Amino acid sequence: MSSTTAPLETRTYHLPEEPHLHEGHSTMLGFWMYLMSDCLIFAILFATYAVLGGNFAGGPGPKDLFDLNLIALNTAMLLFSSITYGFAMLAMEKNRVSATQGWLFVTLLFGGAFLCIELYEFAHLIHEGAGPWRSAFLSAFFTLVGTHGLHVTFGSIWLVTLMVQVAKKGLIPANKRRLMCLSLFWHFLDVIWIGVFTFVYLMGVLR
Amino acid sequence: MSDAVHSHGHHEEHHDEGAHGSFGSYMIGFGLSVILTAIPFWLVMSGVLGNAQLTAFIIMAFAAVQVVVHMIYFLHMNTRVEGGWSFMAMGLTIVLVVITLSGSMWVMYHLNNNMMPHAAMEMHGEMSGGDDMGAMHDMNAMANMSEMP
Repeated sequence: MSSTTAPLETRTYHLPEEPHLHEGHSTMLGFWMYLMSDCLIFAILFATYAVLGGNFAGGPGPKDLFDLNLIALNTAMLLFSSITYGFAMLAMEKNRVSATQGWLFVTLLFGGAFLCIELYEFAHLIHEGAGPWRSAFLSAFFTLVGTHGLHVTFGSIWLVTLMVQVAKKGLIPANKRRLMCLSLFWHFLDVIWIGVFTFVYLMGVLR
Repeated sequence: MSDAVHSHGHHEEHHDEGAHGSFGSYMIGFGLSVILTAIPFWLVMSGVLGNAQLTAFIIMAFAAVQVVVHMIYFLHMNTRVEGGWSFMAMGLTIVLVVITLSGSMWVMYHLNNNMMPHAAMEMHGEMSGGDDMGAMHDMNAMANMSEMP
């Protein structure tokens, strides 16, 4: 590569070195591929909800069950967590460890608030007898919204893991790469939530 | 050695290129998201338009715009990231999502309409669910038959 007259040994010495130099160079693309496949999972769950969402089996419908004030609050929590994660990424770019950790912690709080509100909503529905077993509409609803909630849960666990990593090793390139992956994941979940609050909650109440 | 240095330099460059936003771009994205979220909620909760179908159409348009805003300002998606491969993957995903969603709804709507009068009745919003529906049953089925192409 450096010269056509390089001895054979030099070339064989450089080749095993290359994967090390390029460590993680394809991570972002690979992670994006994962997100796209995750997107297909959600597409299937949305399609299921679209097909089954009108089958109430004589049970309660969206108008009886959904409290839009609660959903608006939940949406705000997720949106705030998105922008605070963005601030964490900006602090990370400037190599400011404590600021990064601080914003990650704020993100975790908003994510936790989102999950608490969602669990409260689910518990309320189940308490009213509108659990996933009640009708096809509720089965599809709990599967779709529950899968999104599960993603947020694992994202939060991942966030805590990365905060520990950053506290131990600082903002090394590997940790920066991990934080960028979680950034994609976190913002991606917010994109999915746009679909959830529009198609499930807002259009459910309209219907 | 010069090769190694070059590779390293390229590596750093590759990470900086379009992967992050600035404070300004995050705030623009956040501001737009708040507006694009608040308006649909306001439209539905206040019911100002008075027309469910029109409102549904408008909030779907707002959702589509908000997804694009998030993609650009939060996920930093553009045609140059990863040499365009991310964009290609997203394009394929959008095609598959559209086929999955529209195909499922199209097929199942016709299946409900043409094959299962019971399901068609439920879709008309009759929630009484008693035996008194027996008489309506046949009428509804006939109405559906006449709608068939």
